Amino acid sequence: MRKLLFQGLFRRPFTEPAPSPDDAAAAELAAELGHAARRRLGRSLSIREIDAGSCNGCELEIHALNNAYYDVERFGLRFVASPRHADVLMVTGPVTRNMRDALERTYHATPDPKWVVAIGDCARDGGCFAGSYAVVGGVSEVVPVDLHIPGCPPTPTAMLKGLLALLERVDAGAVTR
Amino acid sequence: MPSLIDRVLEGRKIQHRRPWPRAVVGAHLWRFVTNELAQGRLSLLGLWGERATVHMAIMDEDAAEIAIVSLNCPDHTYASVGKFHPPALRLERAMHDLFGLSAQGSPDSRTWLDHNRWGVRFPLGPRIDASSEAAPYRFLPVEGDGVHQIAVGPVHAGIIEPGHFRFTASGETVVRLEQRLGYTHKGIEGLMTGADLERAVQLAGRVSGDSTVAYAYAFSRASEAALDLAVPDRAVWLRALLAELERLANHLGDIGAICNDASFTLMHAHCSVLRESVLRAAHSAFGHRLMRDVIAPGGVMRDLEDEGRTTIRAMVDNIRRRFPQLVELYDNTASLQDRTVDTGVVKPALAKQYAAGGYIGRASGRSFDARRTLAYPPYDSLRFDVAVLNEGDVNTRVWIRVREVEQSLSLIDQILDRLPAGGLRAEPGHPKEAREGMAIVEGFRGDVLVWLRLRDGLVERCHLRDPSWFQWPLLEAAIENNIVADFPLCNKSFNCSYSGQDL
Repeated sequence: MRKLLFQGLFRRPFTEPAPSPDDAAAAELAAELGHAARRRLGRSLSIREIDAGSCNGCELEIHALNNAYYDVERFGLRFVASPRHADVLMVTGPVTRNMRDALERTYHATPDPKWVVAIGDCARDGGCFAGSYAVVGGVSEVVPVDLHIPGCPPTPTAMLKGLLALLERVDAGAVTR
Repeated sequence: MPSLIDRVLEGRKIQHRRPWPRAVVGAHLWRFVTNELAQGRLSLLGLWGERATVHMAIMDEDAAEIAIVSLNCPDHTYASVGKFHPPALRLERAMHDLFGLSAQGSPDSRTWLDHNRWGVRFPLGPRIDASSEAAPYRFLPVEGDGVHQIAVGPVHAGIIEPGHFRFTASGETVVRLEQRLGYTHKGIEGLMTGADLERAVQLAGRVSGDSTVAYAYAFSRASEAALDLAVPDRAVWLRALLAELERLANHLGDIGAICNDASFTLMHAHCSVLRESVLRAAHSAFGHRLMRDVIAPGGVMRDLEDEGRTTIRAMVDNIRRRFPQLVELYDNTASLQDRTVDTGVVKPALAKQYAAGGYIGRASGRSFDARRTLAYPPYDSLRFDVAVLNEGDVNTRVWIRVREVEQSLSLIDQILDRLPAGGLRAEPGHPKEAREGMAIVEGFRGDVLVWLRLRDGLVERCHLRDPSWFQWPLLEAAIENNIVADFPLCNKSFNCSYSGQDL
């Protein structure tokens, strides 16, 4: 173990420079965020992930956000274990009828101010599962969505761009006040 | 001497043989097969329904022979298999929820996938309007002094799929775990019905995100079996390359994540870096990090160019250089071993009874690996070992994965060395008559089974059976008498699919 830790001290980090915030995502955000809320948050977001019925593909790439290459914590983005600690709900999947209740309850358990980021093509409108007897549809059918990051699944870079855009908006709000 | 499967099918009219025989049987033979399953002479591979028929896939493990027996049930009832062979119970409950076919004599008549939220009952069968009042789900009763219950989920603390776990604990010790799944049920088999092959393989690739290659692979092989379609050699080999890359990425991720659940984050950090390197190589070679939508009926949709080949080689060399250090670290860290050794034991008898596949079966003495046992091409001409151990604890499931990482690296090398030239895809035809096919493919988690019937280029019925169906129940058994705090560790060492099971 010591050898590995020692190597870690001298090797160049895996972490890569941050991508520029996604323009489309930034535009999608512009109108959504309240000034008062921004000031209270500071430059830090706690994220609670909810799988509302996804195939688990999006979860794999959300996991990747935490690896040494993307290292989201350096941007003040942190995944938390409870909605009660969260500023942002990151929701994946077509919302299944069996998960609708749980998603609503998780949303209501999250303190204001809060934002909802829908992750992946299914989260927009149900994707290829739309129309099934077991599927409600996109996340916005159940809870209000502030930002959507498309992809099947979106790459960690695409998610990073979207989240950074969210953060910068929140941050800019704090400055302008 | 005729094999057991031969005896079952003797004198029966074989409906289809693509590639395994399917015969319609009567109630008597259905009971005989059920009894053979209960006696452990046959293994259950799958049990699924249609409007008025129940199908059961069985295997004689000694002879590596497989067959499907079908029972017509015009009155929508059939003799319960689960009554005598518990691995069938959840499958019967799911079949009831979807088709309204009821298992006579079943000891468990509760719903499984149906949470009374669909607005319809038996959506793939008679479709009856559901009453709006939701009867609460009856968890199994628990009695005893000082036992308490802990309810977890469906929304969990980590970034994982939704499911509900009901623990009954006596102090720190779990005396019973009961799972309640079905939250991610998307009605995929309903969406499959009437879909063309292009849409159907897209859906198959989204049954379980971590096994997108395995599902597209199994679906494609089943449809090719149905259509008698020969796949070009190069595509056959590229498919195995994709499957091994998927296995490699998932096993590396799992090994790290299991250690992470024992709070040993160093392993997690390093394994995540290696996993990322596989995904990046996959992206460079096949244009998608999870290699989604690359395999399709008839072959593959993308070729491997020189650049992708070089990236994969470099990735393999890098992992081969760095992985042994991590294995050594795992093996030599006493505090980590203290958590994983003897934790969450699955006894070999149980693994055999449930015909548990993947690392769960192979860590508990069951040697089945579809790549070896069924030897579908190109695995019939590749060299690899199937690691089998007997201890059945978390540690053993880690070691099976370690060995499979090594084997996958070797397989990738062999495939790149011997990748034949030629075409990528044969065009599937659209025969007017009904054609059936079945395929079993070894995904990273275990054997994925797909059975389908095509007619006129469309899917008439498709059933996709995740390996998790026969693994989830073993987790309930494995956690017994362990402490609550070890559940994440046990659960991660299983890493069963929610979406694959819920479908």
